[in-house]
Amino acid sequence: MAKTRSIRWSLPTLLLALSANAAAMPLNMTKGVTEISQEVYSLHMTIFWICCVIGAVVFGIMFVSILLHRKSRGVQPAQFHESTKVEILWTAIPVVILIAMAIPATKTLIAMDDTSAADVTVLVTGSQWKWHYKYLGSDLEYFSVLATPREQINNRFAKGENYLLEVDRPLVIPTGQKIRFLMTSDDVIHSWWVPAFAIKKDANPGFINEAWTRVDEPGIYRGQCAELCGKDHGFMPIVVIAKSPDDYALWKVAEETRIANAKAAEQELLAMNMDMGELMANGERTYIAYCAACHQPNGAGLPGIFAALAGSALILNDKSAHIDIVLNGKSGTAMQAFGRQLSLKELASVLTYTRNAWGNDTGDAVQAAEVYKVQQGKGE
Amino acid sequence: MSVTTTEPHDHDKQHDHEQEHHDHKPSGIKRWLYTTNHKDIGTLYLVFALIMFFIGGSMAMVIRLELFQPGMQFVEPHFFNQMTTVHGLIMVFGAVMPAFTGLANWMIPMMIGAPDMALPRMNNWSFWILPFAFLILLLSLFMPGGGPSFGWTFYAPLSTTYSNDSTALFVFSVHIMGISSIMGAINVIVTIWNMRAPGMNWMKMPLFVWTWFITAFLLIMVMPVLAGLVTMVLTDKYFGTSFFDAAGGGDPVLFQHIFWFFGHPEVYIMILPAFGIVSAIIPTFARKRLFGYASMVYATASIAILSFLVWAHHMFTTGMPVFATLFFMYATMLIAVPTGVKVFNWVATMWRGAMTFEVPMMFALAFIVLFTIGGFSGLMLAITPADFQYHDTYFVVAHFHYVLVTGSVFSIIAAVYYWLPKWTGNMYDEALGQWHFWCSLISVNLLFFPMHFVGLAGMPRRIPDYALQFADFNAFISIGGLLFGLSQLIFVWGLIKCARGGVKATAQVWEGAEGLEWEVPSPAPYHTFDTPPVIK
Repeated sequence: MAKTRSIRWSLPTLLLALSANAAAMPLNMTKGVTEISQEVYSLHMTIFWICCVIGAVVFGIMFVSILLHRKSRGVQPAQFHESTKVEILWTAIPVVILIAMAIPATKTLIAMDDTSAADVTVLVTGSQWKWHYKYLGSDLEYFSVLATPREQINNRFAKGENYLLEVDRPLVIPTGQKIRFLMTSDDVIHSWWVPAFAIKKDANPGFINEAWTRVDEPGIYRGQCAELCGKDHGFMPIVVIAKSPDDYALWKVAEETRIANAKAAEQELLAMNMDMGELMANGERTYIAYCAACHQPNGAGLPGIFAALAGSALILNDKSAHIDIVLNGKSGTAMQAFGRQLSLKELASVLTYTRNAWGNDTGDAVQAAEVYKVQQGKGE
Repeated sequence: MSVTTTEPHDHDKQHDHEQEHHDHKPSGIKRWLYTTNHKDIGTLYLVFALIMFFIGGSMAMVIRLELFQPGMQFVEPHFFNQMTTVHGLIMVFGAVMPAFTGLANWMIPMMIGAPDMALPRMNNWSFWILPFAFLILLLSLFMPGGGPSFGWTFYAPLSTTYSNDSTALFVFSVHIMGISSIMGAINVIVTIWNMRAPGMNWMKMPLFVWTWFITAFLLIMVMPVLAGLVTMVLTDKYFGTSFFDAAGGGDPVLFQHIFWFFGHPEVYIMILPAFGIVSAIIPTFARKRLFGYASMVYATASIAILSFLVWAHHMFTTGMPVFATLFFMYATMLIAVPTGVKVFNWVATMWRGAMTFEVPMMFALAFIVLFTIGGFSGLMLAITPADFQYHDTYFVVAHFHYVLVTGSVFSIIAAVYYWLPKWTGNMYDEALGQWHFWCSLISVNLLFFPMHFVGLAGMPRRIPDYALQFADFNAFISIGGLLFGLSQLIFVWGLIKCARGGVKATAQVWEGAEGLEWEVPSPAPYHTFDTPPVIK
């Protein structure tokens, strides 16, 4: 009901809404917050105005001709049909304009290519449909996943201000330092795009691309994956927070502590047994966040593309194979290795959940220790 | 054109009589299944293209419906991707290319004074395999897991390791389309090379013939590349090769190099015949010879050659070495020069002419302005640093729809109105045609112009849902899309009306029309130029 009403509402008031909300969307390319992005913006504006001037001249002459040289005004058609002089002229003038345009474009391009002497290097890895950031030279690494709740996407809740442009853990970089990005992918091609930095670089599986930026303004900058990467291509945003070097250092220490604490907690967890209710509740949360995009919230999968988990023979008959596929993925398919993405607690919970939800009534509770054992066994 | 026939009038009459005599053809479905007549095959191609235009268009409607408001309302993201993919494939291979082939079939023999295409049986075959290609493609949508969903550019490894089994059908369907195109192209080249009437030397050929001749060479050169590529996709997916898989020593970027080595000339395949059409229509309605005929021919040839040297401008973000990037940037900017020459020539043709503004002329004029706007955004896209911001956004979607819809499709519509009286013997309904034109012109700009802004503001293409700031513009674009779709129903109405009757057309049809096709009666007899005309 609410849906149909909102559609009906927007039709008659569309023009009104357009004029009222036009300020909400910038009409031009962002100037961005780096030297390079501002050079890119000025290249964009230069070529734009060149096109406008050429367009005004050509279309102007054309419309004058349409106005004056019409049969209804009783004119007689002229007989001329070539002029070498004019033809050479209108070949030469565009060549000169293009050369003038190519010079600054070349300069900017060469500057963009220089990734040397970076202060911080971040390895950016795309996978369906999340980003992974690893700060080279430290233990700091984490996944960055869409934070917009499903309910907003499915129109059950009102949409937030940063709808589809928000993540659970943004990338954090220091201001005033040269950041080098190394881009790669675990599965298909993705493309890491932050308009405010004028960086758009493909993340190719099996290869590494480079890009760099130096941001002077602290702030939050948002972007999206720009290369079609499968079903949820529209749902893998990028958020970068630029902090002053001091704040960045504080953040980095806090993050490293958080990761160390989580590892310690995992070790404690090995000795504990979680009860079924806790496992199932945790498991459902993890499942919705990491698995439901493909296997669907009801475990039915999408026939022909993503396997069904409800009633799956593998889950029901072969527990160790089930743990193995969740930890290590299945090569040649979209099934990723979640062993390195999820904590032991999350893994144990989601395994328990998928073994007991939607009529998969195995009654098994998978504990962290069991997952850990399989993980270590594989590692040796 | 300085082309005239020297046949005496009474000979013409005798000629007509013979044509009536030859006019035997099977009736009903057999006529169309067995036909080797270039006019019948041309009609088949055109009707097929129109049907495909509406099927591809209805997929665009699904896309625009889902994008009307933020949030997921009507379709799933996976189905949305199937719609963008199949919409693209159908419009490129099912609508625009067959429509141009249909026009080539109808008009090239009549324009060069040939009795038919050189290889009529192959002509029949090249058409009749097409419906099966698209049947396979469309039926694949009903497979478990759906049809192809990796975009019409089918980048690996999304189309190999990560695609579903409809990929096999997609590959075979593209193979059949390719075979059809190659056979069509061979036929055009052989016909133009061998069957020109005495006196119709190269530099007397109408530009539509010239542009198609060059297009046909492009087709023969690049369709096998596409065939090789889809075969590599097939073997990567099913037979364990790793052309595009780094794990086996391959490279996913290699896919893009091969694809765009086909894909960029393909873009010109879809626009060069349009240049030919506009170069025929503007002089007719300006009642003045085409300005710079020779430079038009050279510009077309230059564009065709350059089209093989610019493919990687579709791939600036893939991380090529900077010197390769620079080469492709310069080469791409260079294409603006011959393209500009064409536009200047058309304007110079209009200058000091005596213009009238019938529907074909209106569409041709709209073509010049709107195609040039598409050319401008193309020039902007060539500037590599700026391309990093435009690439894979709605700015690119706006760019190629200006070039392909208000470019290629508008030229096809112009051509249909221009030659329809010759085909049917009846004038189309001018008022209805003007309605069609103005509705199309306004709605197509409502549809595609705001996409420039949405793209500059940062909306990526091929996404089923978007951030809230893009909401107003997307609603606007969707309404424009619906109106453009509805406007095309006026076209169909006008076509049916014209086919069923109307004011009888003269042989020349248009006051300023020159060329061999206007020497034969309207409607053109089933067989024309059994005896070649002699051209001074």
